[in-house]
Amino acid sequence: MNLSQEYVKRRKKLLEILSKYRDPELAKKIVEKIHGVAERISEKRILIMSFCGTHEHTVTYYGIRSLMPSKIDLVAGPGCPVCVTPARIIDTSIKLALEEDVIILTYGDMYKVPGSKLSLAQAKGLGARVEVVYGFNDAVKKARERAREDHVFIGVGFETTMPTVASYIYSNRMPDNLYVLPAYRLTPPITKYMLKLKEISINGIILPGHVSTIIGVESWLFLEGIVPSVIAGFEPIDVLMAILMILRQIARGEARVENEYHRVVRFKGNEKARKIISEVFDIVDADWRGIGVVPESGAVFKEKYSKYNALERYDVKVDNAVDIRPGCRCTDVVLGLAKPTDCPLFLKACRPERPYGPCMVSSEGTCHIWAKYGGYIASEKEG
Amino acid sequence: MMADKITLAHGAGGYETSKIIEELITKVFRKKKIWGGIGLEELDDAATIPIGKDRSIAVTVDSYTVKPLFFPGGNIGKLAATGTINDLAVIGAEPIAFMDSIVVEEGFPIDDLRKIIESYEKVLREYDIALIGGDFKVMPKNQVDGIVISSTGIGLLEGNPLLDSNAEPGNHIVVTGPIGDHGAAIIAAQLGINDIEVKSDCKPILPAIREAKRVGGLKVAKDPTRGGLSMALNEIAAKSNVNITVYEEKIPVREETRALAEMTGIDVYSLASEGQAIIIVDEEYSSELVKTLRVNGFPEAEIIGRVVEKSREPRVFLKTVVGGTRLLEVPRGELVPRIC
Repeated sequence: MNLSQEYVKRRKKLLEILSKYRDPELAKKIVEKIHGVAERISEKRILIMSFCGTHEHTVTYYGIRSLMPSKIDLVAGPGCPVCVTPARIIDTSIKLALEEDVIILTYGDMYKVPGSKLSLAQAKGLGARVEVVYGFNDAVKKARERAREDHVFIGVGFETTMPTVASYIYSNRMPDNLYVLPAYRLTPPITKYMLKLKEISINGIILPGHVSTIIGVESWLFLEGIVPSVIAGFEPIDVLMAILMILRQIARGEARVENEYHRVVRFKGNEKARKIISEVFDIVDADWRGIGVVPESGAVFKEKYSKYNALERYDVKVDNAVDIRPGCRCTDVVLGLAKPTDCPLFLKACRPERPYGPCMVSSEGTCHIWAKYGGYIASEKEG
Repeated sequence: MMADKITLAHGAGGYETSKIIEELITKVFRKKKIWGGIGLEELDDAATIPIGKDRSIAVTVDSYTVKPLFFPGGNIGKLAATGTINDLAVIGAEPIAFMDSIVVEEGFPIDDLRKIIESYEKVLREYDIALIGGDFKVMPKNQVDGIVISSTGIGLLEGNPLLDSNAEPGNHIVVTGPIGDHGAAIIAAQLGINDIEVKSDCKPILPAIREAKRVGGLKVAKDPTRGGLSMALNEIAAKSNVNITVYEEKIPVREETRALAEMTGIDVYSLASEGQAIIIVDEEYSSELVKTLRVNGFPEAEIIGRVVEKSREPRVFLKTVVGGTRLLEVPRGELVPRIC
């Protein structure tokens, strides 16, 4: 879909969104109910984690923290693909561009993320050929336009970005001058990992909306009996409803997986996309930036498709990649153990215009969101 | 600390622009005003040179570059003339004469240049402004991107200037109409989105300021150009040392503009307007002002908020549509559409 069509679609949806999912009266009613249910819960502190960076954006952009009872703590989780992509991937891309003279194609969010030393944007200043693309379709188009040049697409993201790549490969439509540097990460395994962390006790999870459209409600059922969880959309009413649904579960002593985003998310998800993903990718243990290796949380091309893997095509090795630079607390922020304001560098040495750590770069990064929309206001009020 | 090289963010009109102007310009020049008028320190939209009791000459200068040169709702010529009028209008002056400097690239179509200059002239004629001189240069191919127009505006100011530092607790904040249309039209054109119905709002806001003067209680006027509503309100808050609260529900935004902003991930409040003004007035005049504006060419004028209190740490708060509170921050970084 091109941008014009996307715009027309967006515009059409907007009226419905404004009247249904941003309705001030409805919001007020839900907030009242949240306060009511929270009072009935005996716990002194209720920690609700929103998995997605986009949920954190909604929380901060609409000032939702300021509407919460004081006992509710809304914490952002690891759902920022760009933040959790290992520095090694960025270092490798830079090396590919500078030493193998390939053209690197990347999402805009990834472009400015610092690797061990440099970002792709800085590497471009050194002569690396780096181009920003809107998605994999765009990457394919660029590769086809320049049939004599080799291109490498940085394959980052969660289950949402995998189907497009998988479908080109599965249907044998990949240009033969385009390779993928795979860094795909899976959301249920990291959620499992988060729940085992001793440092944080999560009372409820707002599950990713877009990811769930692909993997479906059923992929989250392992959370039943463990923690109250709600799949939610990205409008403020969606998030408020999800919070209310989680609180109701807590009040009743339940731990179920509910779907607030039923206008989009199906029980089995997008079965066609899931099938293609499983045809093309193998699940492997994978490292997350700053966090380390999480079991069965990454995806690489199956043996028969390995020729599309840039790491198979080129012999590049990167050693001693540095995920987290001294002083940066991005790991803690991603895991919900720290707020951006707990980091001494926040809005000082690390700003959106000069990011030091990965969480300050992406529009889904918690530090970036707080810096742009003043997320620290609500946390200041807490004391 | 500053980055070592100029980036586009330095020119985006947000945080980085203020920083670099302070570092490289305001700190460097010693003599910054003349005869007690408004000078470089104030960093206001125009400067003044007092020429008698309660009378000043107001001067402003701005360079205009825009891509594409012709956009829905105008072109670079109309934009230059309008922007210069607006910079004088928001300080309270009546524009009287302009000078322009045009730098054009070798190979530029003369027909396009003619259209651009005709648009510039049309705006000046409508407001009875003289073009009293200028400069015209041609640069070799690829040494300038098409055309750059610098426009100097001279105006006459009776009484005190409307400074960004004049806002006081209790004042109401009025906006003359939907914000962000110019920014939305330009971004849509740059991204190749042709199905968008939004046009640049490029037009002089002088009539609105004249109405506000007539109604009375006028404190501050500002056009939310680069950096949009966020930047303009933050500048007023910082220079007046006040906290400001605005209500999202009241801020007029066209549906097309909002859709584009959301699709690209750009905050709608940081999109530029080129034909709207923020007008800050004494509380008791705000309803009358809105009523007058609505029947005088600004049908969508609204009271969007108020100046709350004096503050050592000036901030702009936004009461969101769902009732939450957040900061309306100074836009940071380049306005790049979000991609993934």
